[in-house]
Amino acid sequence: MNYQELIRQTALRDERVVVMTAENRAVLRELPPVLGPRFVDVGIAEQTMIGAAAGLALRGRIPICHALAPFLIYRAYEFVRTDVGIAHLPVKLSSWIAGFLSEANGPTHQAIEDVALMRAIPGMTVFCPADEADMLAMLPAIWASPDPAYVRLIVRKTDYAHAPFEIGKAEVVSEGSDVTLLVYGLLFEEARQTARLLEQQGWSVGLINMRSLKPVDEEAILRAAQTSRRLVTIEDHLLTGGLYSIVAETLLKHRQTADVLPLALQERWFRPALLADVLAFEGFTAERMAQRIAAQPER
Amino acid sequence: MTTATSSSALTPAAYAELSAIALRVREHILRLSTDGGCFTGASLSCADLFVFLYARFLRINYERLDDPERDYLLLSKGHDVPALYGTLAELGWIPIERLSNHLKTNDFIYWHPNRHVPGVEFHSGSLGHLPAVGVGIALDIKLRGASNRVVVVTGDGELDEGSVWEALLVASAYRLDNLVIVVDRNHFQANVRTEELIPLEPMAPKFEAFGCAVARIDGHDFSQMEAAFSRLPFEEGKPSVIIADTVRGKGVPSIEARADRWFCNFSAEEVEALLRELHGEARAQLTSETLTVR
Repeated sequence: MNYQELIRQTALRDERVVVMTAENRAVLRELPPVLGPRFVDVGIAEQTMIGAAAGLALRGRIPICHALAPFLIYRAYEFVRTDVGIAHLPVKLSSWIAGFLSEANGPTHQAIEDVALMRAIPGMTVFCPADEADMLAMLPAIWASPDPAYVRLIVRKTDYAHAPFEIGKAEVVSEGSDVTLLVYGLLFEEARQTARLLEQQGWSVGLINMRSLKPVDEEAILRAAQTSRRLVTIEDHLLTGGLYSIVAETLLKHRQTADVLPLALQERWFRPALLADVLAFEGFTAERMAQRIAAQPER
Repeated sequence: MTTATSSSALTPAAYAELSAIALRVREHILRLSTDGGCFTGASLSCADLFVFLYARFLRINYERLDDPERDYLLLSKGHDVPALYGTLAELGWIPIERLSNHLKTNDFIYWHPNRHVPGVEFHSGSLGHLPAVGVGIALDIKLRGASNRVVVVTGDGELDEGSVWEALLVASAYRLDNLVIVVDRNHFQANVRTEELIPLEPMAPKFEAFGCAVARIDGHDFSQMEAAFSRLPFEEGKPSVIIADTVRGKGVPSIEARADRWFCNFSAEEVEALLRELHGEARAQLTSETLTVR
């Protein structure tokens, strides 16, 4: 099973599903002959894709809109907000190469504000699976929901066996009393290794795969804040509006406080390079994250 | 629309020199198509255009980039930046060795243009932006009563983006005859032929209907480029459009006009074979697949 095959099966089972792209069809290349007119490639015209998706949804369709993250939601942001958001239509945004996955493309392709922008839209749901298996476990529920949804796609494989998915629920991988790592998406695998490195140094480490950023699993965040002396948020996203903000909002809402270390991008674009080099340069390898966490003085 | 004639001022020696530079630019493009790769096909299609523009047309002295009277080139189809960097390296704007920093964190030679590299006027990578930025620069030039020219190079698939046409409406309304849109008409978008997806033809009448004066040339023929660019502006008070018909992958038959040769990351051996093919020697045997970058 992979992303393309999951779409194929879903669309063949449900006539309402229409697959759309703005000429980012490389990972969907086998679908046009299978889906025929239910595969709609609008060319390089993201605004029209989202507007047309709203029109299709208005007629009862469930459009899955696949495009490169920055063009899918930044180019078309007002169309997402106004046509999909205000009407609360079940348009499913499939976001390709968000975060560090844009590698050497440069700032034009760096979707590192996507979580902030998408969760700001009333009624929009936001999901960030950790790896391919996690994504395949999550997408059916996301596509079956009546809500508009934004998903950071990921086709990287890890050996982690994920628990079943439920919208609004995080996956608690482990609990720990010294520190809990809260992470989503691509950096899950690095965070897993970070947890191991810290454990080797005698730390008691918790790890949470956030999965659903909106709605978010408030209970998981609050419990981690109560059971761990410190939280670390890990994300390939700007500090503004991402997981660190979500954790801060959640704690404040429940009149709690915690010692939270954010590992995020702060007020700048990341250095474009191949992924391993990006992680090293930006300080997001397992080793560097473990060092950054260990170096942070406790309050 | 006008068609360029070959009544060019280019001497055979000048033509041969441009061809020699373009060949070396294509070598650079192929060498960048490994260790992570680049958008090889789209870069090869506009290599001749860049060489002509920088070597023959643009009034830019790279040692005096602060000159308010100089011309501008805006690369709107940013993914063909290997062609631009190869040209800049060959013409002395940047050291040739700098190309070996491709995709490394010690430099900014990555898959799209950025202003850490001298000669890049504006970053790009998101299609359909620089016609509008070009309008702004051209407006300032008009406000100053100056005569600089602003050249914006777009792709053909890029014309799908509505923002291109908004910019043309504004350019036409403000009579920006100092603005030149050059379309690298290589007949492909990322993964498909343009005419099989969102047809763009007839292209010239579309631009004319938006208030532009249009010429259509062979984008690999320096004489036709000379003939067209030396007549600018085509009409007083109108933005000019030059549709340059090109071949994606031009110069390397094994990747020419193939939908599956969009983003290429070849092995070192394949690059060597492609370089031999570029020089008219044996045809390369390719096994690397195109990547799913877009």
